[in-house]
Amino acid sequence: MPKIHVRTTVNGEPAEFLCEPGDTLLEALRTALNLTGTKEGCATGDCGACSVLLDGRLVPSCLVLAAEIDDRSVQTIEGIAEGERLHPVQQKFLEHAALQCGVCTPGFIVAAVALLRRQPRPSERDVRYWLAGNLCRCTGYDKIVRAVMDAADQMIDAHDTGKAAV
Amino acid sequence: MSARTFTAIGTRPVRHDGLDKVTGRANFGADITVPGMIFGAVLRSPHAHARLVSIDTTAAEAMAGVKAVLTRDDIPETFAKVVMGEAGTIGLHDMGDNALARTKVLYQGHAVAAVAATSLDIAQRAADRIKVVYEVLPAACTLDQALAPNAPILHEGLRTKGKATSDADGPTNVAMRIEMRRGDIDQGFGEADIIVEDEFRTPMVHQGYIEPHACVARYGEDGQVVIWTSTQGHFMVRDSCAGILGLDPAKIKVVATEIGGGFGGKISVYLEPLAAALSRKAHRPVKMVMTRGEVFRASGPTSGTTIRMKIGAKRDGTLVAASTTMYYEAGAYPGSPAGGGAMCCFASYRIPNFSIEAYDVVVNRPRVAAYRAPGAPAAAFATESVVDEIARRLGMDPLELRLKNAVTEGDRAPYGPTYGPIGLREVIETARRHPHWQAPLGPNQGRGVACGFWFNAGMASSAIVILHGDGSAAVVTGNPDIGGTRAAQALMVSEELGIPVDRIRPSVADTDSIGYADVTGGSRVCYATGMAVIQAAQDVRDQLRQRAATIWGVDLSQVGWENGQAVALDGAPAQTPLTLAELADKMASTGGPVVGRATVSPPMAGPGFAVNICDLEVDKETGCSRVVRYTAIQDVGKAIHPSFVEGQMQGGAAQGIGWALNEEYVYASDGTLQNASFLDYRMPVASDLPPIETVLVEVANPLHPYGVRGVGEVPIVPPLGAVANALRDATGVRFTELPLSPPRVLARLSKD
Repeated sequence: MPKIHVRTTVNGEPAEFLCEPGDTLLEALRTALNLTGTKEGCATGDCGACSVLLDGRLVPSCLVLAAEIDDRSVQTIEGIAEGERLHPVQQKFLEHAALQCGVCTPGFIVAAVALLRRQPRPSERDVRYWLAGNLCRCTGYDKIVRAVMDAADQMIDAHDTGKAAV
Repeated sequence: MSARTFTAIGTRPVRHDGLDKVTGRANFGADITVPGMIFGAVLRSPHAHARLVSIDTTAAEAMAGVKAVLTRDDIPETFAKVVMGEAGTIGLHDMGDNALARTKVLYQGHAVAAVAATSLDIAQRAADRIKVVYEVLPAACTLDQALAPNAPILHEGLRTKGKATSDADGPTNVAMRIEMRRGDIDQGFGEADIIVEDEFRTPMVHQGYIEPHACVARYGEDGQVVIWTSTQGHFMVRDSCAGILGLDPAKIKVVATEIGGGFGGKISVYLEPLAAALSRKAHRPVKMVMTRGEVFRASGPTSGTTIRMKIGAKRDGTLVAASTTMYYEAGAYPGSPAGGGAMCCFASYRIPNFSIEAYDVVVNRPRVAAYRAPGAPAAAFATESVVDEIARRLGMDPLELRLKNAVTEGDRAPYGPTYGPIGLREVIETARRHPHWQAPLGPNQGRGVACGFWFNAGMASSAIVILHGDGSAAVVTGNPDIGGTRAAQALMVSEELGIPVDRIRPSVADTDSIGYADVTGGSRVCYATGMAVIQAAQDVRDQLRQRAATIWGVDLSQVGWENGQAVALDGAPAQTPLTLAELADKMASTGGPVVGRATVSPPMAGPGFAVNICDLEVDKETGCSRVVRYTAIQDVGKAIHPSFVEGQMQGGAAQGIGWALNEEYVYASDGTLQNASFLDYRMPVASDLPPIETVLVEVANPLHPYGVRGVGEVPIVPPLGAVANALRDATGVRFTELPLSPPRVLARLSKD
């Protein structure tokens, strides 16, 4: 079977690649596009390590076919920071020591960014349930939850300060 | 130990490898790509126990894209050994046989053959075309089956080591018997006013690291091999591969990638010798990555156990006698942590008369690997459940009873040595004072406590500290960083030399670029490797003193070091102190590069103790339990980077809670694993857990210059007992078998 030619947008840039019909988005990101920040923990949609945003929606990239992203837009961990400026979630993960081995971290950060876009003032319970699709075996989640809550506070403060300045 | 004041130690800088990890740049095992690389796949046994009659690879070799096929004929049987610490040597025979089965398959998932091809898809399809004829044998998949008379025998040649009785030396599945005794057990129980006895069972569980095993191997035609792998010990990988493949270790370079969790499960080699052997045949670099199903079926796990535990106490709560018989599943080859369980089970308490018997039993399940405080959690589950029951029956506060019997400096550990300064009493007293202990409970809630102990390890480590001309520095070790140890090492160099921590670059070097290091395990990196780092930094300091002496034209003995600068000591001609930056700037003209080095091999470490307090809420209609509050209190000696110490405690608590409540290997009667996925093997997620409070108690360890104790393993020891004791408190029922999953709890509550 011939390979499929996919034209898409990844992290705001046009991208194209060839894939087999059975290739997953995760495989395409990691091999064809060399974006290895998205991790494979299970390949069955159970661990969240491969979380990406597809047209803004949080998905496990292991359960999306690469061919499905034709003409759509994907955001990966590599596209979360704006140039040299880390996203507040990334910054707070560092400040709160919310990572140990770090392999689940990209998935958690992408998932947390999706949460805060949808729900800027989440409760601790909201954070825990939203992130329940991401497995971490090192931290017990405590510092991850604190980092996300703190990032939310900082983003709201920045937003309010911005409005006040206007 | 004098109360030293620290400047860098105890602060919480952002870790040096943090930015790469929050931006996705960090390279883990599966992220490595090498030019010309092809892909390997493994054919695994569908049977729990079978003889390999024949392996026909013809069809696989004929497929387009297949570059090499590997079977038992390609890797000769080895009897080589690797050295590991002072503990001695580890035979590689079983590790090699586990990596690729030779005469029999011993569990479902046991590797039988491997293929390398130009794509993973081709490799997997080719592996499926290998024709294996099995003679299926009856399997012994549980302890009960393996210990039964006329049990199927895994290894015909196996005889029980340490056997006390003179039974006929027939084939057996019991690989080892360990015995420890003190005092007079009969007299001890005779003095007891109360004796509590029960049998406890824990299931086989997996370490559950999120990153599957992954490596790339490149075998050159000149016999030089490079292996990139995610491992807890790349020197171990080098020496294991050398032994299994019959190579000179000097010909193998192993590069440790970032490691996505290990918890003990990434010490043995699985894929590395296969990838190297495939590369040798294919003349191409070979990448191999396990699927999650393979991780569950063929790596890890830790032993399931059956433990009979009996403890006697006086009416005032004094423990007077204890006896236990423990059985640990080793999986397919000898080597369960029965010894760890035996040494830890009574380590927290002063018990004058005890008897411990522990058995290492092979079963048709995956060969077990180390898992965080190997052997101790199951043992502590039994001990802490019985101690809790004694407190209940005597009407004593469970912390009061534990404090009354807690070991302290000068007491002799059950496994021999006399304890130095230890913090168990401080930890229990801290627990008693903690607001959690006094807080009211809600409806259907119960509270449990448990103690935990782990020895901690010393073993061999190497470090170098390199001073740069601008006064910044590098610190290099041979220990993969699994939880923030690079940050800790930079803090240690900062403490010794006064260089700001963000001007110190810590890294993990490959096996060609740093001296030997034992594995990252045993909670030893901050302790032992940290000692090497401190000494290497002091070596830099002393070389800089020598440079200052040269500049000043005085003897080295007349130059001291204070606050990051060389100073002229009393009696020497007065000099303006030379700062580290000034001395670094003059390196080229005063003798050239300054590189500090140190190697250490501390035979001992300071043991660690912890107490956990758990509040559990039970839904009596569904049997579902939920941890609603959790506090972990631990003697950490001295916290180098407190955030990562807290992280170890929180992570260990979460793993222990998972072990207590939900995790288990579920087998069908034919010995096939039924839940080899993260969907069905239920590890805790964020919504399952409350915030995990931590209290760091610091009783300095005199064996370490800063007082450090290992902190990584103790945290998983208390949770099993703490959760079970909380369930007892909430329901009035003593549960003796884990996991405390809803069906088990509901069945028992309905029955009672």
